[in-house]
Amino acid sequence: MFELSDKPLHTGALRAAMTPAPAAGALVVFEGWVRDHNEGQPVASLTYEAAEALCRSEAEKIFAEAREKFGISGVRVAHRIGHLPVGEVAVWVGVTAAHRDAAFQGCRYVIDELKTRLPIWKKEFATGGDARWIGT
Amino acid sequence: MTVTVHYFAMLRDATRHDRETRTTTAATPGDLYAELAQRYGFTLPVGILRVAVNNAFTSMDTRLREGDEVTFIPPVAGG
Repeated sequence: MFELSDKPLHTGALRAAMTPAPAAGALVVFEGWVRDHNEGQPVASLTYEAAEALCRSEAEKIFAEAREKFGISGVRVAHRIGHLPVGEVAVWVGVTAAHRDAAFQGCRYVIDELKTRLPIWKKEFATGGDARWIGT
Repeated sequence: MTVTVHYFAMLRDATRHDRETRTTTAATPGDLYAELAQRYGFTLPVGILRVAVNNAFTSMDTRLREGDEVTFIPPVAGG
């Protein structure tokens, strides 16, 4: 399950949506937060934008790969779009599996692949007001 | 041939459009990008972009067809 949200992510609700999962013995959750600095520069806020249809299909590929490689049982990702202040949750990843090794490895795989493959862009706003797209 | 081009992030800033319908003689997305780079002064080299046609990732030398929806993907930074 992959979703893009222009509203703050409710991590409790996202976690609750992972259950029931009677065959799962482990849930690993990763949250990415908006940090107040990047590459030595202060950051006041940022915006994310996404190519939605492409994100969805690519996320499903990544989930299938994680199931295949690690035997995870469930995976859910929510990613923010829009304007986010420092401290906000930018991305939430939850992965369930029968055992913790698969859940840890699967969660790591999903977030690492998402970051490099999903068509999502981030513009950082410095405290001075300067803005720049990250990644170029 | 007429195609629709979708712009995101720095490419949208450069073109000031989310999308445009464009008549072109470009045979491939790579050719189309070269044409657009000249028109809009894109500074991103084509080698660091990915491209999707009709919402599926493909290569810069795939054959374009009438009515294709082309999305150029500048370097991403999710998460």
